[in-house]
Amino acid sequence: MSLLGKLSLDAIPYHEPIIMGTLAVVGIAGIAIAIAITRAKQWGTLWNDWITSVDHKRLGVMYIILALIMLVRGFSDAIMMRTQLALATNGAEGYLPPEHYDQIFTAHGVIMIIFMAMPFMIGLMNIALPLQIGARDVAFPFMNNLSFWLTAGGAVLINLSLGLGEFAKTGWLAYPPLSEQSFSPGVGVDYYIWALQISGVGTLLTGVNFLVTVFKMRAPGMKLMDMPIFTWACTWANVLIVASFPILTAVLGLLALDRYFDFHFFTNAAGGNAMMYINLFWAWGHPEVYILILPAFGIFSDVISTFTGKRLFGYKSMVWASGAISILGFIVWLHHFFTMGSSANVNAFFGIMTMIIAVPTGVKLFNWLFTIYRGRLRLTVPVLWTLGFMVTFTIGGMTGVLLAVPGADYVLHNSLFLIAHFHNTIIGGAVFGYMAGFAYWFPKAMGFHLNERIGKASFWCWQIGFYVAFMPLYVLGFLGMTRRLNHTNNPDWNIWLYFACIGAFIILVGIVLQFVQLYLAFRDREKNRDLTGDPWNGHTLEWATASPPQFYNFAEIPHVRDIDAFTEMKEQGIAYKKPASYAPIHMPKNTASGVLMAGAATLFGFAAIWHITWLAAVGLISTVVFLLLRAYNNDVDYYVQPDEVERIESLHLNQVKEATA
Amino acid sequence: MLVRSLRKAALAAAVFALAGCQGGVLDPKGQVGVDEKNLIIISTILMLLVVIPVIVMTLYFAWKYREGRDNEIYAPKWAHSTKIETIVWLVPVAIVLVLGVITWRSTQALDPYKPLVHEEKHLTVEVVSLNWKWLFIYPEQGVASVNELVIPTDVPVRFKITSESTMNSFFIPQLGSQIYSMAGMETKLHLIANEPGTYEGYSANYSGAGFTGMKFKTVATDKAGFQHWIDSVKQDEDSLDSATYAELAKPSENNPVEHFGAVSDTLFHDIMYKYMKNYNDWNKNSPKAESEHSISENSAAHHDAADAERS
Repeated sequence: MSLLGKLSLDAIPYHEPIIMGTLAVVGIAGIAIAIAITRAKQWGTLWNDWITSVDHKRLGVMYIILALIMLVRGFSDAIMMRTQLALATNGAEGYLPPEHYDQIFTAHGVIMIIFMAMPFMIGLMNIALPLQIGARDVAFPFMNNLSFWLTAGGAVLINLSLGLGEFAKTGWLAYPPLSEQSFSPGVGVDYYIWALQISGVGTLLTGVNFLVTVFKMRAPGMKLMDMPIFTWACTWANVLIVASFPILTAVLGLLALDRYFDFHFFTNAAGGNAMMYINLFWAWGHPEVYILILPAFGIFSDVISTFTGKRLFGYKSMVWASGAISILGFIVWLHHFFTMGSSANVNAFFGIMTMIIAVPTGVKLFNWLFTIYRGRLRLTVPVLWTLGFMVTFTIGGMTGVLLAVPGADYVLHNSLFLIAHFHNTIIGGAVFGYMAGFAYWFPKAMGFHLNERIGKASFWCWQIGFYVAFMPLYVLGFLGMTRRLNHTNNPDWNIWLYFACIGAFIILVGIVLQFVQLYLAFRDREKNRDLTGDPWNGHTLEWATASPPQFYNFAEIPHVRDIDAFTEMKEQGIAYKKPASYAPIHMPKNTASGVLMAGAATLFGFAAIWHITWLAAVGLISTVVFLLLRAYNNDVDYYVQPDEVERIESLHLNQVKEATA
Repeated sequence: MLVRSLRKAALAAAVFALAGCQGGVLDPKGQVGVDEKNLIIISTILMLLVVIPVIVMTLYFAWKYREGRDNEIYAPKWAHSTKIETIVWLVPVAIVLVLGVITWRSTQALDPYKPLVHEEKHLTVEVVSLNWKWLFIYPEQGVASVNELVIPTDVPVRFKITSESTMNSFFIPQLGSQIYSMAGMETKLHLIANEPGTYEGYSANYSGAGFTGMKFKTVATDKAGFQHWIDSVKQDEDSLDSATYAELAKPSENNPVEHFGAVSDTLFHDIMYKYMKNYNDWNKNSPKAESEHSISENSAAHHDAADAERS
């Protein structure tokens, strides 16, 4: 094989105008940003304060930037698919041939789940969780930076496939035997494997990191059952990450062995068994959806109790309901393939287990309701997202339970009903939750407010667009339309396909408005500064810090006496009190090791995709070398001196005094 | 234009709500489909018992307790009520309990592997998914067709399903359940058509570039009509043996209907079994190979094939 493996100039899709146009836009935007940074002389800031930062708050911001960029990419895929299906009716071919369309639906799924939802969730967790438990950072700050760059490396790989080679044409599940070498000989599935592997390791490390953080770094006085509910929800999600991501790593590893070294784990021939892949994939895949939704539930809980000015109703119920969902989440995976031919007893068992999950979920909904009951609900943007969620997600939950009845699933499986259901829960649940969290913690993370009016307009576009786009898919499912069709020829379906397309465009307006909102907020930032650090009259400790928080979070670690720790401090009159003296603060130093290691790992992934053996070796060896260099580096921490702390704290406390006077 | 399509949609929605839709899973033409439709309706109604109150309460509470309504009670520290918490745990538990019983029973009753209870003897059809078309073999009649399935009404049909290559799902929405087709394995499905007509059939599991064109017409007709069709297919000079099958198995898209007047008796068995044969070839090079032993341990096809031979 040549020096460049399978890579040659033919890998660039010159003949695809849509792709070349996209690449041109991305290229121009990239150059424009680079010029802007150079003009402002900000490359040093970017490198020293962001790329090499181990500060959980900055990593959180970077995760969310990544998520927003990937949202644009994933949504472009979505709107192309909806447009194709609206055009390709009555036997018309549309503008996307299967060759292209099949890559788009695969990329849409992978990007939205792995590179939009996951980074968004982990970003919010990074910003809020350490603050909520009164910690100065996470347990392993360097590892946190590495996790982010591994995730970003995976995202780079998957986007590289747009302009170099192809992406998988298998659906986001990459079921064998279709994903095996014999049916998918191109590099698409290899892009899939390595993008998921590299980002998956990052996610696993995040799970470990935040579990240790929660168990070892809570402020004194905070018992486990005193933790803020968002922290609890994230903790359950992290337990799921640690338990389930190794399964994904293993199953993709086996698929890689099949593809690279002619093994036969999942092939048709030589004793392979594709059913094993499908089982293992969903043994990760089902917990994964709870990894996405549980932190969103946590956000809704925090938002509701903050904006009703009340304690959360049924805190213990909430904690145990999340725990029950986490554990049950591991014994329901078979409901993704009732139609594989398992016996009636097996199908019934998994169906009933799935329904049982509706119990703790229902309890959560009632608890949110009774938190609103006898409260004073302020209808802010985060609250609108929460109310939208409570209505929308309930419908998604109902259709989910319906799909859990094997007899119903036999006719609804793999139809557009299924597509409507999981978008109903993932958009109406997870994404609405992240949007609520985004609006809720934005002033905390950035130090200024979002534009409330545009934020509300964006919510309504999302909410209305969602119903217009996805309710027709439920109907289409009942009309017998199956998923992943490239074009249709059934006049009864047309009208619903048109509606779904219109809905996608309404959501598009919602997304554009989110960016308009960001632009306006940034433009008017001086006017809308959050000086107190507590814009919403919050309950939990993150609101006890400045906005944005001091890099060391807390000058003095607070002592916790209540679930609503900060509310209690405010009531006792001990909030915003200056201590007699400050102690030196022990902090981690920024490091380039994370970005270097992840860069080398990404290089390895790229080389593996294109079968460039020597480059793969270079990537792998450099990853290890960078790790060793980091491991033997003892210059990793420093102390912030009391006079410096004193200066920063005085500034903040004066601001608070002025703002509240 | 927009008004017209809106009006059309409103009309369609009304028709959909009132009369059930045309040609989908809510417009079943066979007993299995009818049972599944009823199951969907009963389960949905049961769940609406809790879903509607939650939605109504959400909107009502949000309105009633919104900021500025100072005449309402405000209880900022109220966060626990054993009575309410018991109710919110018990109500979902009760509904899931009922639904669980329904699920257990319906899953047993609608098991796709279970032969239908019917006075008529089952008709056997062997189904093979190929890239990208469906092959239907009628072993009792000795004919085969591509992308056209003709069955007699009011006769239960036993489908034995396998795949030549990738995984597909054999699905006729108006008749009921679907089942995956997988290479080297046999899956089973029992359906019946109670009304004559032509029903769309699909692959419900994505299988590659030509997947969209993997459609077939299912024609349900009376016994005489079925016999007439069999006779006409028998007239066809093409016969399906391993050589013509190899030609057929080559990937093709939007394959037209094809008929074969004769078909080799062991074709379905051979298609399913060939991957296990390869398994032996694979082991020939290995000195430790004990091929008989390996087959019985590893071959799903072997068991299913043996079952098929017994029955």
